[in-house]
Amino acid sequence: MKVNNVILQFTAKIVFFIIFFFAIHIFFAGHYTPGGGFVGGLVTASAIVLLIIAFDLNTVQRLLPINYVYLVAIGLILALGTAAISMFVDQPFFTHFFDYFYLPLFGKTSLHTAALFDLGVYLVVVGVTMTIIQTIGDDE
Amino acid sequence: MNNFLLLPIIIPFFFAMILMFGQKNLKYQRITTILGLIISIICAFALLFNVKENGPQSLTLGSWPVPFGITMVSDMVSALLVLTTLLITFFIVWYGFGSIGKERERFFYYPGVMFILTGVNGAFTTGDIFNLFVFFEVLLMASYLLIVLGGEKAQLRESIKYILVNVISSALFVITVAYLYSVVGTLNMADISVKITEINQPGIVTVIAVLFLLVFGMKAAIFPLYFWLPNAYAAPPIPVLALFGALLTKVGVYAIMRTYTLFFTHDLAFTHELLLVLAILTIIAGSIGALAHFDVKQIIIYNIVIAVGVILFGVAQMNEVGLEGAVFYLIHDMIIKAALFMLIGIVIYVTGTTNLKKMGGLMKNYPSLGWFYLIAALGLAGVPPLSGFIGKLLIIQGGFQAGNTWSSIFILASSIVVLLSVIRIFIYAFWGEQGQVSNNINKTTFNIMFFPTVLLVFISILYGVGTEFIVPFMDDAAKVLSDPSIYTDAVLKGGN
Repeated sequence: MKVNNVILQFTAKIVFFIIFFFAIHIFFAGHYTPGGGFVGGLVTASAIVLLIIAFDLNTVQRLLPINYVYLVAIGLILALGTAAISMFVDQPFFTHFFDYFYLPLFGKTSLHTAALFDLGVYLVVVGVTMTIIQTIGDDE
Repeated sequence: MNNFLLLPIIIPFFFAMILMFGQKNLKYQRITTILGLIISIICAFALLFNVKENGPQSLTLGSWPVPFGITMVSDMVSALLVLTTLLITFFIVWYGFGSIGKERERFFYYPGVMFILTGVNGAFTTGDIFNLFVFFEVLLMASYLLIVLGGEKAQLRESIKYILVNVISSALFVITVAYLYSVVGTLNMADISVKITEINQPGIVTVIAVLFLLVFGMKAAIFPLYFWLPNAYAAPPIPVLALFGALLTKVGVYAIMRTYTLFFTHDLAFTHELLLVLAILTIIAGSIGALAHFDVKQIIIYNIVIAVGVILFGVAQMNEVGLEGAVFYLIHDMIIKAALFMLIGIVIYVTGTTNLKKMGGLMKNYPSLGWFYLIAALGLAGVPPLSGFIGKLLIIQGGFQAGNTWSSIFILASSIVVLLSVIRIFIYAFWGEQGQVSNNINKTTFNIMFFPTVLLVFISILYGVGTEFIVPFMDDAAKVLSDPSIYTDAVLKGGN
């Protein structure tokens, strides 16, 4: 019997974007409110897992042709690189920098290098979670 | 700023990341790993001489004031251990080119080695008790990968036990840190030392000291907690075994050494007496195991347990001579254990068996292997010009100074057992009738395995013969360990 998943697949397509944007929101809100790279990464991974449940592993891999192991490595390099910036300006390792900028559209915004570090954490969490799920899912 | 002391941690970490790319390209993997190790070794050498010139270096991450940020401290003990770790890993990786096998090399073996180095060097360098836990986890996670990599039946079976034991001991570590934090209210090791001195170590801190002994003793394999080690270490292939045998238990030993010389120094009659008794029992248990087995791997593995006991006996004396001996013996043991595992790896490769009774007569075809094994074996037992002598001498001198006459004589006697256990391998494998020989011995593979081993044995000989040059470094190390105020001053007043 052929199972028709039309409702699940249609809902998943919409809900994916809601979850994904919520994850981005959590990620950027992390400095002043609960949230940050770790939860943001997990929620993003859960959005991709929803797609995998609604469709299947191969479809999602074609949709998002990402090598998640490389994503982990890039995230780690980003985190280490952010921490290492301070080494080149003669400050102790892991010293962060911030300043206020006037961006068009956003107005006065504080930009902090901790966000870059968090982006590294985000990528590592997404990469690790997806590697685990894909590897177990692929296993025959 | 003094970021230099971080380089032996950051460089392996960075190389581990870039090794995650190009997983199938063996040439890239090997060259990058060797390059990373050479750069780290140069940095570690420079760091060692820097610490010798300018005293302990400390750096608080993120420009925070001292007890509030994570402090990294490189004193003589940690600088020496970091350098030894990197040197040994260099030779083991080189040795692995011949014996680890392409399948493993293609599947994140080298990133695993580099992550283990990150963890080990970080644990040696950190000045924050919770950060020590994190680095322990870094090295343990990487060791889980290396122990199971390859997926043979024995590896799968033993990795479950290994992970189980380490998860439990890590949970205990967190609980112990929580107790300590609730008593002293700080995590910075120098600050903890000062706070414990202020409150003059009440009973609860002694309880925490014993809990720390339980936690680190499980990692370092001391007497009642060594049960997991012999089987777990026998499972992975020889280069991984050499890496584990040389580095992992020694991190636990270092952690005991650090906590028992820096924190818990006010109730010696209880804590250090307990450490002394456990050290003696560890030596007895190791000796029994080393004599009982006819499996070459098991004999050397039980010798790890004996060495852990000897080093901790030196720590338990709590005088400068004993501590200097402990550091001397610790570094000797890291080098010689790596060399011995590599040597028996070659013996196993040549004979195709680990059973001593099936071997024999290797001296005729492999004389140089035999003589280098003999040198390493005598070095392990502590025959005078070689590397094990001076460390054990100082440990026993410390024992006599502290008035532990009988147990010191006991340590001397244990050397005979050690010698007997390793010489038995020499007699069975190299003398007598021709025994079993593997029928596919590749000359190139043999050479790739043989050269790094010989170089490492040479380093151990230099370490013994050139004691004169090493003594000033060891004196500094012993001073830092026997006088906690050097350490706390360097962190709390020196680093700002």
